Amino acid sequence: MDKEESMKEIMSGNEAVARGAYEAGLAFASAYPGTPSTEILETLGTRYRDDLYSEWAPNEKVAMEAAIGASVAGVRSFAAMKHVGLNVAADPLFTFAYTGVTGGMVFVSADDPGMHSSQNEQDNRNYAKAARVLMLNPADSQEAKEFTKLGYELSERFNTPVMLHMTTRVCHSKGLVELGERVEKPIVPYEKNIKKFVATPANAKVMRVQLEDRLAAMEEYACTTPINQPEYNGTKIGVVTSGISYQYAREVFGEEASYLKLGMTFPMPRNLLKEFASKVEKVYVVEEMDPYIEESLKMLGIDCIGKDIIPRYGELNTDIVRTAVTGEKKEVLTSDVKAVMRPPVLCAGCPHRGFFYTLSKKKGVMITGDIGCYTLGSAAPLNALDTTFCMGGSVSTGHGASVALRNAGSDLKVVSVIGDSTFFHSGITSLIDAVYNKGSNTTVILDNRITGMTGHQENPGTGYTLMGQETTEVDIPALCKAIGMKEENIYIVNPNHMKEVRKALDEAIAKDEATVIITKWPCALKRFSKEDKERFDLTPKKCVVDPEKCVMCKACVKTGCPAINGTGDHVVIDAASCTGCTVCQQVCPAGAIEEVAK
Amino acid sequence: MSEVKNILLVGVGGQGTILASKILTEGLVDAGYEVKMSEIHGMSQRGGNVSTQVRYGEKVYSPIVGVGEADVIVAFEKMEALRWLEYLKPDGKMVINDFEIPSAPILMGVAEYPEGILEILNEKADTLVFKAGEIAESLGTGKAMNIVLLGALVKAMKVEGVDWHKAIRNNVKEKFIDVNIKAFEAGYAL
Repeated sequence: MDKEESMKEIMSGNEAVARGAYEAGLAFASAYPGTPSTEILETLGTRYRDDLYSEWAPNEKVAMEAAIGASVAGVRSFAAMKHVGLNVAADPLFTFAYTGVTGGMVFVSADDPGMHSSQNEQDNRNYAKAARVLMLNPADSQEAKEFTKLGYELSERFNTPVMLHMTTRVCHSKGLVELGERVEKPIVPYEKNIKKFVATPANAKVMRVQLEDRLAAMEEYACTTPINQPEYNGTKIGVVTSGISYQYAREVFGEEASYLKLGMTFPMPRNLLKEFASKVEKVYVVEEMDPYIEESLKMLGIDCIGKDIIPRYGELNTDIVRTAVTGEKKEVLTSDVKAVMRPPVLCAGCPHRGFFYTLSKKKGVMITGDIGCYTLGSAAPLNALDTTFCMGGSVSTGHGASVALRNAGSDLKVVSVIGDSTFFHSGITSLIDAVYNKGSNTTVILDNRITGMTGHQENPGTGYTLMGQETTEVDIPALCKAIGMKEENIYIVNPNHMKEVRKALDEAIAKDEATVIITKWPCALKRFSKEDKERFDLTPKKCVVDPEKCVMCKACVKTGCPAINGTGDHVVIDAASCTGCTVCQQVCPAGAIEEVAK
Repeated sequence: MSEVKNILLVGVGGQGTILASKILTEGLVDAGYEVKMSEIHGMSQRGGNVSTQVRYGEKVYSPIVGVGEADVIVAFEKMEALRWLEYLKPDGKMVINDFEIPSAPILMGVAEYPEGILEILNEKADTLVFKAGEIAESLGTGKAMNIVLLGALVKAMKVEGVDWHKAIRNNVKEKFIDVNIKAFEAGYAL
C-alpha cells in the first residue's frame, strides 16, 4: 500500500468526528451513549485510547460539565450526545457560552429526524441560536472530520463552545476520509480568572455584553469562511441548504442551479444570504425539520420557497425533495400482498421478559416507563407500560401520579420501571423525591449490568470504564438505603424467577409508601464480565418442548419470546437463540417444556 | 460522468448484512469509485429488519437510495424482498435468498407469513432465487451464507475491475478466508 492510499479510510460520520478530534490534539472527552451519537466515544475510547482520555458519564449534563472543566483547565475537550441529551446538558451550556473557553471545546448534538431510534424529533439548531454558540453542520464523513478540527480553531479564536450539528444520516453513513496527523496541544498554563469563569449576576452582565461583540465577529467570519462559499451556476434558481439536505438538493436541482451550502449556520451569515439571493431569480431553501435557515431569510425580507413545500417533519431524501419541488411522483413496483411488520422485540433470554410478563398480570396498576430496551415491554403481547417520556422520567412521573391518585382517594397504584443505566442517568434524583416526599410508587430498577439499547456500553453499575479500567460499582441497594428507603421496602429478585417477582410486586404495591424492587440478571447479549460469571449461573442452557406433552395452548407464545414458534402442530423453541431463561417453562400448564444443557 | 448505481442489502438482524456491505464498499472504493454507504443502527439486534444502502459512481451526493431507484436489491430473507420491492428500478434485479424468518406477529399467531412471495416477485421483476444457506452448508459452514449472497449480488451488479478476494481477506478472520472465498465464488457462479 503506498503512502497516499494509506492516508484514506472508509469512515462513518461518527468515526470521522472522533478522528478529527484526535487530530486536533483532543485531551478530554465525555459522553452518555445515545443513538445516533454513540460510536464517537466508542471510537475515541478504543482506537485513540493511548493518546487521549475518554469516559462514559452518567448523563449528558455531567459529560458537558466535565468537558467544560477540562477546557477551563486548559486542554481541548469534547462532549457528545443525541438530540434529547442536549436538553439535559443545556443548563451548563447556556452559561458556558457567556464565559467562553480556555482550551477549545467542541460538542456534538446528533439529531434523529424521522425518529429511527428516539422518542421525539427536535431540531437542535435552535439550541445553538438560543444558547448563542457557534454551530457547524457537516454534510458527510469528510466534512465531519474537517469541521471537528476547524471547530477547535474557531472555539479558541472566538472564545466560544462550538456545536457540531449532526443528523442520523451523517452519523451513520460511510464514505472515504482523508486522514491527517495528530497535532499535540500543550496545556494552557492555568490562571485564576474570576471575572471570566464565575458567573455571578455582576460578572454575567459584563459577559453578556461581551458575548454580543464575539457574536458579531463570528458572523463576519461566517460570511467569508470557505465552508460557506456559494457555488454559482445558473441564475434562475438558487438553493440555500446545509448538512445532509445539501446532498439531496444537489441531486434534485443538478448542475443548472446555484447553491449556497452553509457549513456554519450560527451565527447566520446574513450579508452572504442577501448577496446570494440578489444574484438568483428564485430562492429555494432545503432543510430537514424546522424552517431554521428559512426564517433567517424571511427576517431579511428575502422571498423564498421552503417549508410550504418541503416537509417539516421526518427525514428528507432525494425523492421527497424532488416530489416537493417538481410534483412528479415516480411509478414504482407494488404488490397487493404486503410484508408483515417486523418490529423490534425483547430478545430471547432477555431478563426483562420474566419481570414484564409477571407485571402484565397485575390488575389495578398504572405503569410509568422509561427509555431503554425495556420500553419494548409496552409492545404486544406484554403491553406492560402506560407512559414513556424521557430518561429518568419513570420514577418522578410515577411519584406525581401516585400522590395525585392517593390524594384523590383512588385505589390505582403506580409502578415505575427503569433500567440500571437510566437510573444512574437521572433516576436517582427522582427516587429521592419519591422517598423524601413520602410518595407511594413502587420503583423497579431492572439491573441487567449494562447499557443495553445503545449496544452495550459500560455504566457506573458494571465495574469497568470506557477505557477498560476496573473501578468501583455503584451498590444500588446501599444507595437506595442511603437516600432514606427503609430496608424492608427494598426487594432484590431474580427476574427469571417469576414467583419471586410476583411476591415482591404484591408486597411492594400493597404498601402505602415508596418501595423499590431491584431485579438482577445480566443482559443475554452482553459479553459477561468475570463478576457476572461469579455472581450468576451463566452455564449455557436451553429449553426444549416435548411434542407429546404440548397441548398448543400457546401460553408460552404469549411471553413474546422470539425463540418460540407457535405456528406448527406443536410449539418449537429455536435452540440457537434460546438461553434457557425458563420463563416459557414456568408459564406452561402442561409441563411440556424442559431445561437441558446446551 | 458515469451514472450512480444504487444497491440495497436487506434482511433481518443477525444475518450478516453488515459484513457483506463492508466488503462490498471496500471493494468498490479500492477500484476507484466514490462510494457512500448508509446503515441504520439501533434496533437491529432486537429482531427488527435491517437495511444497508450502497451508492457508487464517479460522484455521489446522497447516501440514500430512493423508491424505484435500486439497480440491484439483495434480500437475505424472502419477506424482506417483498417489503423493499417498491425500491427496485422497474428494470432492476432482485437477488433473493429463499429463506423465511417469521417476525414477532407471525410467531405469536396474529399474522401469517405471506404466501406466494416468490411467484409475485418473479412476475414483477427480474429475480435470481436460491437457497444461500444450503450452498454455504455444502461448503462447510452455514455462516458464510451472507458471502454467497454477496457473490450473486456482485455478478448482478456487472461491475468489473474489483479485487473481491482482497476485500474478503481484509474483513474476515484468517481461518475463514478460504471458505468465504469459496462461498463468494459459488454465489458468483449462480
